[in-house]
Amino acid sequence: MSEGRFEPRVVVFACNWCSYAGIDLAGTSRIKYPHNVRIVKVMCSGRVNPEMVLKALADGADGVLITGCHPGDCHYISGNYKTMRRYFLLKKLLKQLGLEERVRLEWISASEGERWARVATDFVEHIRRLGPLRLKEVMSSE
Amino acid sequence: MSDKVRVALYWCASCGGCEEAFVDLAEDLIKLAEKVEIVFWPVAIDMKKSDVEQLPDESIDVSFINGGIRLSEHEEMVKLLRRKSKVVVAFGSCAHLGGIPGLANLYSKDEILKYVYLEAPTVVNPEGTMPKEVVKVDGQELELPKVLRLVKALDQVIDVDYYIPGCAPPPDVVKKALDTLLSGKLPPKGSVLGASSRSLCDECDLNKTKPEKILLKDLKRVHQVKLDLSKCYLAQGVLCLGPVTRGGCGTLCIKGGMPCTGCFGPLDNVKDYGARALSYLASILDYDDEAQAEKVIEEYVADPAGWFYRYSLPKSLVRGRYQGSGGEAHG
Repeated sequence: MSEGRFEPRVVVFACNWCSYAGIDLAGTSRIKYPHNVRIVKVMCSGRVNPEMVLKALADGADGVLITGCHPGDCHYISGNYKTMRRYFLLKKLLKQLGLEERVRLEWISASEGERWARVATDFVEHIRRLGPLRLKEVMSSE
Repeated sequence: MSDKVRVALYWCASCGGCEEAFVDLAEDLIKLAEKVEIVFWPVAIDMKKSDVEQLPDESIDVSFINGGIRLSEHEEMVKLLRRKSKVVVAFGSCAHLGGIPGLANLYSKDEILKYVYLEAPTVVNPEGTMPKEVVKVDGQELELPKVLRLVKALDQVIDVDYYIPGCAPPPDVVKKALDTLLSGKLPPKGSVLGASSRSLCDECDLNKTKPEKILLKDLKRVHQVKLDLSKCYLAQGVLCLGPVTRGGCGTLCIKGGMPCTGCFGPLDNVKDYGARALSYLASILDYDDEAQAEKVIEEYVADPAGWFYRYSLPKSLVRGRYQGSGGEAHG
């Protein structure tokens, strides 16, 4: 880690059945991905309430990455479709709130360890370019 | 006189509807007057700030404060009333959640002032006069209150004991809340008074007609459809926020042919009303194709912040539009 470089804090929600397994695969295959991610395992991406995303941002995350099974692959049949609709709505709301660049949805299957590493690196670098969010601090300053 | 409950009423950034809500108590006002002594009510009684300042601390039993906190003057007055009062009640959606004035948090202070004083189509201001905090008139310095960067709900400025929800709170809710307060048996601090702890659907007459599972292909706005007033509005494709909104209003809007817009705010333990409302809409939209879902949402949900945060933006997790951590420009 180079001195003084901004190291973003990125919260990742990963579903138990595909994405978390994909991330695990990256680990066991010794594929490098940035240490900036804080991975939260959930049973299904459909469990990720938008409140959780906003709370992560309000409580100090610089970005939030939601990951789930590819469409058609959901362990619970339709959870990821719900996630997808929620994400489009949330994205539109976040645009009005000036935060649309801070949240992303990606489909990661259990076999996509490499893809995970790419997605994570890309998102972390994207957030690094945007700079620190400091949402609570900014929004409560006079 | 001395055994009467001493009450103060004050308004901040509000439309006056909450003051009207008190008057709407009608004949109950007479009964109320037997139990209550009003010590401060700028809209009805000629009293000044200095009169409140002269009262001993905690000498007002209950202060009802309505309106959002928009100006430094509001902050000053509510802090004063907090000091002088035993109990402070946030009255109505604006004091409770930030309310309609809270939607101003989607814009910066500069944008708002510029629009209101220079750009709005109804404004004639050829000299471009803008409000200043200090003005000299005939050698005298006059001060105007400062516009705050963001609108706040009451409990973001002072400690609040209870909340009475609604835009404006309906007479029944006000009456129930007053009965609770006057009974002397005070509920736990932070309670929402006069309302239900269940969602609006629970008390809605149309709930019987709500299908087990609602799936919508398209959303309609009230002016685009002739609503059947005997059938759940959601089933007719009109977004009603009843399922995520606190009940207790008696479904007044729904009986009047309008869907719920959420003025009673979230149920207990919900941190962000808008996020819940958004999540709920996502779960009833019947689209599984990514491109189609994106298109429909783009088309039908023009203003999600206005829909989901209509009354609660300042009390949401984000509080308004984020304007970057770099610039300190919007003071």
